[in-house]
Amino acid sequence: MPKVTFPHMGESWRAFKMLLNDLGNEVIVPEKPNKRTLDFGVRYSPEFACLPLKILMGSYMEACLNGAEIIVTSGGSGPCRAGLYGQVHKKILNAVGQDIDVIVFESPRAHPIDFLRNIKKLNPGRLSYLSVYDCVTRSWEKLKYLDRVEKLTHSLRPIELEKGNTSKIYQKVIKWLDDAHSLEEIKRAGKAALEELLLIPRDLGRNVVKIGIVGEIFVLLEPSCNLDVEETLGHLGVEVHRSIFLTDWTRDNSNRTTQETLTALEAAKPYLPTPIGGHGQETVGHTVLYANKGYDGVIQLAPFTCIPEIVAKTVLNGVSKIHNIPVLTFFLDEQTGKAGMVTRLEAFVDLVNRKRTNDNYDLKLGMAT
Amino acid sequence: MKIRLGIPSSLFYYVYYPMWHVFFEELGVEIVLSGQTTKTLLDKGVKEAVADACVPIKVYFGHALSLKQKVDFLFIPRIISVNNQTIYCPKFLGLPDMIRHGLSDMPPIIDVEIDSRKGWFSLLKAYIKIGRRLNKNKLRIIFAYLKSKKAHKYYLSLLKKGLHPSQYIEHLNGGMEPVLPSYDGNKPDFVFAVLGYPYEVHDYYISSGLVSKLKEMGVKVITIENIALKKSSLSGKLEKRMFWTFSDTVLNSAYYLFEENNIDGIIHLTAFGCGPDSMVDTLMEIASRDHPEIPYMSITIDEHTGDAGIATRLEAFYDMVKRKKEAI
Ligand code: SF4
Ligand code: SF4
Repeated sequence: MPKVTFPHMGESWRAFKMLLNDLGNEVIVPEKPNKRTLDFGVRYSPEFACLPLKILMGSYMEACLNGAEIIVTSGGSGPCRAGLYGQVHKKILNAVGQDIDVIVFESPRAHPIDFLRNIKKLNPGRLSYLSVYDCVTRSWEKLKYLDRVEKLTHSLRPIELEKGNTSKIYQKVIKWLDDAHSLEEIKRAGKAALEELLLIPRDLGRNVVKIGIVGEIFVLLEPSCNLDVEETLGHLGVEVHRSIFLTDWTRDNSNRTTQETLTALEAAKPYLPTPIGGHGQETVGHTVLYANKGYDGVIQLAPFTCIPEIVAKTVLNGVSKIHNIPVLTFFLDEQTGKAGMVTRLEAFVDLVNRKRTNDNYDLKLGMAT
Repeated sequence: MKIRLGIPSSLFYYVYYPMWHVFFEELGVEIVLSGQTTKTLLDKGVKEAVADACVPIKVYFGHALSLKQKVDFLFIPRIISVNNQTIYCPKFLGLPDMIRHGLSDMPPIIDVEIDSRKGWFSLLKAYIKIGRRLNKNKLRIIFAYLKSKKAHKYYLSLLKKGLHPSQYIEHLNGGMEPVLPSYDGNKPDFVFAVLGYPYEVHDYYISSGLVSKLKEMGVKVITIENIALKKSSLSGKLEKRMFWTFSDTVLNSAYYLFEENNIDGIIHLTAFGCGPDSMVDTLMEIASRDHPEIPYMSITIDEHTGDAGIATRLEAFYDMVKRKKEAI
């Protein structure tokens, strides 16, 4: 049985593990990125590589040490470094003596043959296409529930009566989905998880600030990469709305375009008319949409030296003024410390709160006019 | 009164200025350049650009700012692709947007999209649009375009013969007639390749005069513009091509030179904060390990690179090459 691993992105590994397992592979579950992952990543990556490349590098190295033989990853959309990650990782790993193969999934729409060929490589059990389809459907369902459950925690955290309760229950219920296998079981476990979360005692009268989160997909989806920014904000009384979820994005890239992204790209048009790779246009577009929907602020998360996000940030300068919405940007690298981030978040939430109570608040001067 | 058109003297300037020079002269437009990069100019750019941007973008911000009150239009075309295969770095794609929304009170920007993937005559169409923005007659524009295209070809042919962009551009701006490097009778000791993006390698200030310094040491320098790539030596190196035009050229030049084994040393010049280069430099490094016979060095420039630091490293590199040669 081939030993397979894949990138760690939030809780999605639970679904991917099931999928690859069902196809007859031995799965080396990637560790949640930690200190050691980072150390490996920094040691083996180019110094100025973006954070996702480094973290993945570290993860793969760890997986190699645990016996992985194949890495499954996606090619990434648009003209950015992510599109070359797979090959660069392979070159580097091979150069340090790790005999590993990398299977890069490109969008099935653009490369249907490659897609099928790749599926074949990962299907040592020689399941029929129908069974493969069934496996994919079930893991997709699981992924969708994982997203829904996570989304719910975003709105519960700011109003929970006892601080930390949501995170605690979340950790508990998410495991229920692990044990679910058939479509029926997955649905049942997912619903139960949502219901359990809704039992958390809440303070409905609380004043809640709404902040949208935009930026590069990997740092958005992997909490250990963004230093748990969503949880921190939740505990500061902020309801966050993240602009990217895996089940929105993968669908967007592999088949029909979702409604939401379409409008985000349209919203970006006046400010950034050309696709610039990564999620640069989405970042700008979602910021405009959040402003239109009356959000109190936007936080942009980007890897240090991330090309599209640097362009986006420059453009957001203007967008923030025109739409009168405060934007805070974090460029994250392996040295970003949590304490510093929390301080900046507190200051930002404070500013947003003051702006909220005084509509004439001037962002540039930092005072009421 | 003539329209005053500002062209920031950085980034695409080193590739397309000879062409633009002819095009706009033909149209009777007055070209205003920001000139050589200076410390003041860079400082301004560093202050106004996003802190995390690469040095060349900061330099460009400085150039654009210095033209702010002097022109009626800024010319910042959105050049996406000119060869149908690779596109320019995302920062080029968003360049006009960054200048428009990242700086305040800038003059109107002519940001016509240039993308050869958009079908036949797309380049001509783009130039017609540019001309129309300046209110010129269509026939006159087409004529100017054809003439400028010829100028561009001529420029490229000079580069292939060994000329460096800055030499020719200086000539256009009133400097001396460019002389092709010839070393008959006085053969240079060594030939080095300095690989990097034109706006780094040929910008005297941010490269701390690297190319001139080497020349003073008696080294003949070739740059990516001087290299005629042969397809054969490139296949099978990286399964997927580098997406970005300049990066693709730099990397392939390196592969080519390593393969041909006809050069005494390779220097990769890269800018602090450059995204694509983190990939390019790693891949070049890996390639250089397969060719230990050719000394390789990578130099990173940032906004504080000192003259002295570069000189020391060049001398050390030169000595190493020399020792190696003598050992054989
Ligand atoms: S989008 Fe940013 S993080 Fe992703 S590959 Fe490109 S530069 Fe790296
Ligand atoms: S290629 Fe590198 S140096 Fe050039 S603009 Fe892009 S990021 Fe900057």
